[in-house]
Amino acid sequence: MNSELRGAAIAWLAVLLAGCATPQGAVVLLPEASGKDTAVLVTQGEKVALLDQPYAGAKLSSTGPQKYSSSAADVQARFGGALAALPSRPTQFTLYFVEGKDEFTDESKKIIDSIFAEIANRPVPDVLVVGHTDKVGTDAANDVLSRQRAEVVRRALVARGIAPGNVVAVGRGKREPMVPTADGVAEARNRRVEILVR
Amino acid sequence: MNIASLGYLRSLLAALAAMSVGFGSAAAAAEIGQIKVARGQVSVERRGDSLTGSVGMRLEAADVVKTGADGSVGITMSDNSLLSAGPNSILALEHFDFDPATSQGRFDAQLQRGTLAVISGRIAKQSPQAMTVRTPSAALGVRGTEFVVSTHE
Repeated sequence: MNSELRGAAIAWLAVLLAGCATPQGAVVLLPEASGKDTAVLVTQGEKVALLDQPYAGAKLSSTGPQKYSSSAADVQARFGGALAALPSRPTQFTLYFVEGKDEFTDESKKIIDSIFAEIANRPVPDVLVVGHTDKVGTDAANDVLSRQRAEVVRRALVARGIAPGNVVAVGRGKREPMVPTADGVAEARNRRVEILVR
Repeated sequence: MNIASLGYLRSLLAALAAMSVGFGSAAAAAEIGQIKVARGQVSVERRGDSLTGSVGMRLEAADVVKTGADGSVGITMSDNSLLSAGPNSILALEHFDFDPATSQGRFDAQLQRGTLAVISGRIAKQSPQAMTVRTPSAALGVRGTEFVVSTHE
């Protein structure tokens, strides 16, 4: 075989191989609502494609991921069915408490109404209630108090019709202050219960 | 505080500790997420059984969620990850563990067939190596947060 023929054979083989690249799906990175850094690393064998821009796509194939520029319309056409079934994003609320007690502050009583509105919006709400304290007092006392605060919220939710099995209450004591302080400091913003509705 | 109330406080603390341990182990062993949206035909394969997937159903690690030609399903995981699969899809929740106190954990899912939309949650946020979605031909490392993936053209 002369070199010209060999070259033609190699070119033909390359076309054949490219033609045989079996489609194996696609990946598209979507815009991030909060504008934070976002990326997906696509690996097929030893081939890698990094998607780190909105609508950066990769077509998967037997010859590795091929990057392409997708769009909102392309995503809707390929993935509309899946996207339409995405659950609502979790919503977080924070209630504040009177120092050393498991009583809500007056402002927090108003927030409870919006929590119920959010719960009512969801077909199968499950609710995580996490109690916290400020840094006044011992760990043991604050574990009990944070748990009591979460329980107060849990009971209020159950009393208003949430199935008990759908509300979990936990206490984190003074371990996760919203506002970092020295031990022993009374800080209203740390005496709180976080309620995650999802 | 007198001796009697101290004793009461101790037993209260012990009871609370026992309760929190109970919660922790129950959550770790069983529930990892919940079906929030189910349309058309949705089923869940669990330990050899095929169950009808319905809104409100709690999911466990190793569950395989399937949708029919008219089906779609939306799932909220306990780390706040959201997953939804379109028609003719098979999604295996291969591995999921999550510590809500620290957000440490690991989540591996496989889309065996179909289409999937993902919004990653606290596991991927805490540790960008900790969440992987695979297809039969590719592995996706989830640095965050929203993407879609399919197994066919």
